Amino acid sequence: MIHSLFLVNASGDIFLEKHWKSVVSRSVCDYFFEAQERATEPENVPPVIPTPHHYLISVLRHRIYFVAVIQSEVPPLFVIEFLHRVVDTFQDYFGVCTEAAIKDNVVVVYELLEEMLDNGFPLATESNILKELIKPPTILRTMVNTITGSTNVGEQLPTGQLSVVPWRRTGVKYTNNEAYFDVVEEIDAIIDKSGSTITAEIQGVIDACVKLTGMPDLTLSFMNPRLLDDVSFHPCVRFKRWEAERILSFIPPDGNFRLLSYHVSSQNLVAIPVYVKHNITFREGSSQGRFDLTLGPKQTMGKAVESVLVSSQLPRGVLNANLNPSQGTYTFDPVTKMLSWDVGKINPQKLPSLKGTMSLQAGASKPDENPSINIQFKIQQMAISGCTQAGQTL
Amino acid sequence: MFVASVIIVFCLFLSAEKEAKTNYQMLDSNKDSLKLEAMKRIVAMIARGKNASDLFPAVVKNVACKNIEVKKLVYVYLVRYAEEQQDLALLSISTFQRGLKDPNQLIRASALRVLSSIRVTIIVPIMMLAIKEAASDMSPYVRKTAAHAIPKLYSLDPEQKDQLIEVIEKLLADKTTLVAGSVVMAFEEVCPERIDLIHKNYRKLCNLLIDVEEWGQVVIINMLTRYARTQTFYGSDEDEDEDEEEKEKKAETPAMAKRKPYVMDPDHRLLLRNTKPLLQSRNAAVVMAVAQLYFHLAPKAEVGVIAKALVRLLRSHSEVQYVVLQNVATMTIKRRGMFEPYLKSFYIRSTDPTQIKVLKLEVLTNLANETNISTILREFQTYIKSMDKDFVAATIQAIGRCATNIGEVRDTCLNGLVQLLSNRDELVVAESVVVIKKLLQMQPEKHSDIIKHMAKLTDNIQVPMARASILWLIGEYCEHVPKIAPDVLRKMAKSFTNEEDIVKLQIINLAAKLYLTNSKQTKLLTQYVLNLAKYDQNYDIRDRARFIRQLIVPTEKSGALSKYAKKLFLALKPAPVLESPFKDRDHFQLGSLSHLLNAKAGGYQELPDWPEAAPDPSVRNVEVKDSVRAVGTVTYRDTGALWDLQGPKKKCSFHANVYQPSLYNWALVSMTLHLVLCLQTIAPSSALKNYELLHRITGEGLSVEYCFSRQPFSPDANMVAVQMQFTNNATADTKNLHIEDVKLQSGMRVKEFSEIELLPAGETATAVMGIDFCDSTQAANFQLCTHTRKFFVSIQPPVGELMRPVFLTENEFKKEQGQLMGMNEITEKLTLDMKCRNEHTIVQRVTTAANLSRVPCGSDKECRFAGRTVSSSSLVLVTVATKEEGAAQLTVNCEKMVIGTMLVKDILLALTQ
Repeated sequence: MIHSLFLVNASGDIFLEKHWKSVVSRSVCDYFFEAQERATEPENVPPVIPTPHHYLISVLRHRIYFVAVIQSEVPPLFVIEFLHRVVDTFQDYFGVCTEAAIKDNVVVVYELLEEMLDNGFPLATESNILKELIKPPTILRTMVNTITGSTNVGEQLPTGQLSVVPWRRTGVKYTNNEAYFDVVEEIDAIIDKSGSTITAEIQGVIDACVKLTGMPDLTLSFMNPRLLDDVSFHPCVRFKRWEAERILSFIPPDGNFRLLSYHVSSQNLVAIPVYVKHNITFREGSSQGRFDLTLGPKQTMGKAVESVLVSSQLPRGVLNANLNPSQGTYTFDPVTKMLSWDVGKINPQKLPSLKGTMSLQAGASKPDENPSINIQFKIQQMAISGCTQAGQTL
Repeated sequence: MFVASVIIVFCLFLSAEKEAKTNYQMLDSNKDSLKLEAMKRIVAMIARGKNASDLFPAVVKNVACKNIEVKKLVYVYLVRYAEEQQDLALLSISTFQRGLKDPNQLIRASALRVLSSIRVTIIVPIMMLAIKEAASDMSPYVRKTAAHAIPKLYSLDPEQKDQLIEVIEKLLADKTTLVAGSVVMAFEEVCPERIDLIHKNYRKLCNLLIDVEEWGQVVIINMLTRYARTQTFYGSDEDEDEDEEEKEKKAETPAMAKRKPYVMDPDHRLLLRNTKPLLQSRNAAVVMAVAQLYFHLAPKAEVGVIAKALVRLLRSHSEVQYVVLQNVATMTIKRRGMFEPYLKSFYIRSTDPTQIKVLKLEVLTNLANETNISTILREFQTYIKSMDKDFVAATIQAIGRCATNIGEVRDTCLNGLVQLLSNRDELVVAESVVVIKKLLQMQPEKHSDIIKHMAKLTDNIQVPMARASILWLIGEYCEHVPKIAPDVLRKMAKSFTNEEDIVKLQIINLAAKLYLTNSKQTKLLTQYVLNLAKYDQNYDIRDRARFIRQLIVPTEKSGALSKYAKKLFLALKPAPVLESPFKDRDHFQLGSLSHLLNAKAGGYQELPDWPEAAPDPSVRNVEVKDSVRAVGTVTYRDTGALWDLQGPKKKCSFHANVYQPSLYNWALVSMTLHLVLCLQTIAPSSALKNYELLHRITGEGLSVEYCFSRQPFSPDANMVAVQMQFTNNATADTKNLHIEDVKLQSGMRVKEFSEIELLPAGETATAVMGIDFCDSTQAANFQLCTHTRKFFVSIQPPVGELMRPVFLTENEFKKEQGQLMGMNEITEKLTLDMKCRNEHTIVQRVTTAANLSRVPCGSDKECRFAGRTVSSSSLVLVTVATKEEGAAQLTVNCEKMVIGTMLVKDILLALTQ
């Protein structure tokens, strides 16, 4: 299936290669570089590139292209999903998945890749099993290793691979038994000029951190399971029980994992917790434009809106922007024309605003597009969908 | 300057040299930490794509290193370079062969994994044997590894296909989830055409599916889709390939409503039911696999369930979106209704990459119908204002397609597009012109004002494609704009020389058409244009000018064609059909690479058509006895516990005794030669002879066979390994199989196999025990006990099994032989059997009779073999010298005279029969 893997950085250098079958010359990446040149934006490189003898399937994460070389028919999603799993594993192991981190830990990376694929077919992709095989590097362990010459490779054999619950390692022991569940919800909405919502949908995930001794069997129930329109589970969740009783019943993996992701459909009306008042005008003939943006909270149930980040792609004619934020800082990149404003927390008494002028290219006619505005924000301890957890039992 | 750079290069060269040297030294050192450091450096080199193959000999001898990390890194290295250094790679094989016999399943599995990854053709027989053995291993994990090894061997030597299919067939019958995914993957790579192998396993695979690991699920589902297409009959959807609208019409007619109800094949239903929950998988590939299965197999009413899951995938990474949208685009052409409720999920976000935007547009266009077109068009209007010009161009194309597909909005779209003609962005205008041209072709008479408007644009617009389109339009419909057309031609004639080629061609066309309809005004202009074209640099244009001049300008010589010139040029042309590029892509299996590329990829298996008549479903019936058998009969008893054995085993390993010294001599080249030869001999002798220990009748259902596996017995190197195979033919389980009451001659020792706790009815188990025969052929007597009975049994070894092969060079052989003369030498004359007169057969027969290895020899008249007795390590040397007409002389040199005499007898028998 997967023949080889090349890691390519933003400047187009191959900094790691791994082959699972016969060696494929790295010149095969030239086709990839061609496609990369043709694409205007880094994310526009087509994920699947056919070449005379191979097919290149790539994903872009953290400014690194993971380019897999395959030779024959294979479902492209299979490869893409696997590559993302590789990145997730690296992130899990090294905290970040950057070129520097990979280069520093090249041996661990190699050991991981060796275990994850056998002859190009995925072998062990569960993080619990991998961690049994190869221990993640920590500063302490690195130091101890250099002094004592001991290794990162697990001493005992990975028995998890053999068990009926392959995602959980055996013999887990904790003095403090604890389990945390984080519900993270994202709201994704398109709002038109006049402020009316065109589409809005809520995507949620439940991330868990379970540190329990032995083989715990957990159940988790919701107050209003009907809200969840579409769900996808970690393999540990028992399907049948969810179908029948809408209860999550599972033997969790050890450590951090994503238990469930769900979708709350747009049929349930979604209240967007912030609003934007905008007034962006360009006048014909003058080389000035006015920019006025105000943010405000809306239906937040008294919770504070935090980490607000506004970004907007201004028209090409804009040379520079001279703005005055009432709070936070803003930056304008004259090359990409990207305006971003780091607002921070919204204070309902004193609404944050960004006002000022934009200077336009002299002589150019008035840009007609209305720039689109993206807003990211965080609200702690509130689920927009109104989804609540009823209880959990061991 | 030049000198300086030379020096620098030289220094670099030196330092590289030095580094290589230190790596060498470190690998040779006794300290594991130094070895590890060196291996890490080497692996880092490999990762960067640097060549590290020259360190091969130094690395490969660490293959038996005790440190696990060193060992693993050596494996990485070995697998990477074995192909380039075939001879040296053979040095490592015996380590893995030993690993294959390890009592611990994980060690067996990893040995098989590495062994099968070494791409050296010479070990194909060894791999084949190892795979066959592992396929009947007790541990499902080892069997899984065997399944993984099958495609590796197949790619190394496709001639093994038939044998491999046998193994696949055996593994397909496996009932554990661990094996299922891997073996189906092997099936897909080796013999996807052998659909008959699936019959018996179909229902089992369907039932296991949900518990298989996610990657295996993808492979199984894709395979089952193909299988179900050939095997299950699907009658109700004869109209499957028809257009949806037609279908609706048909549904209205009462005749259709009376269609006889169709009962779905239960096997078909089973597959659909068991795959459905997997739509909830977190793995996008699994979801896609189920979606394509439903699309290709499910009745129309049920396909809808996949829409929601596919829409969910749109929240994933952009690469996943890209693939999913491609598939959704194909699906929406045939099953539009399915995705209509999710229309808004395909709305474009400003943060989407362009390629995603374009695909979403495609889907939106496919979804457009009379009811939702107004919302879609409103969306499109917003998109036109985007700053992403490629996307805007795609949007305009999409509007054009909506307009052709849905008659009601054609005028609205046209008006909208005409407004775009006054857009400031030239690309937008150009794209609109091209689309308008296509739309106008449908009903030109109504829109002469638009044509006029476009004629005016020629003054400003510069994009060649747009200019060409306008000119074509004016030429085609010059009767609708009789006043403007000649004027446009006048302007064009003026700028002719500066135009692009496609524009020039259209100018010529325009001139010709005007000449035919309005020759009074345009005669001179046409002549002028044709003259310019005559001297153009492009031969297409020169050709066209010449051709058109002959056709339209009447001369005395002009042929019959010019009479029809008007008909030729102004024939009514059919309007172009604007079609989705995804139309008819569904003849590829959805979700496949071939579908994505719209071209057949290597190894793609066609999705077969539904069979004409229902095939016999009884082929999938399985005898009850089989299906009742429990799934997880295998116990994980041996897990981990035997890891402790690792330590002592390593110390007395035969590898350390024999290989290492010669390795340090660096007689590597000759070393390798020995190995190659020994491998050749080991391979045929692998057909080990089985002896019966306990017959089925006397054993009351339990039968036991044993063979001398000729593998070093790892817990004690002085013992002969005896591999026993227990088969329970009885109807009841046998428990607590173990050995008791061992009766031995003095000095002999036995290492019992660990107790087999449970041997279910019909199952087979193997165990290895070690016996130290003290270099005698005395029998070892003992009792074999089950939980109910005891059986007296005895094992008597043939003399040939009391030795193990050693590797000697020709010189060493001669030297040793010189020391074993006189009493220690036994010579016999013999006449070789007719079939046994070539060297190969001699070698084969001798090595079958005795566990010896071949010693290289300069003369082809002599075959030499060497070994040592297992217990006392006395040297055994055998020489077979052939003469004319089958006469031969056999010489055995051995300090143990009894052994020597018996060996002579055995070998004589082997060679003369």
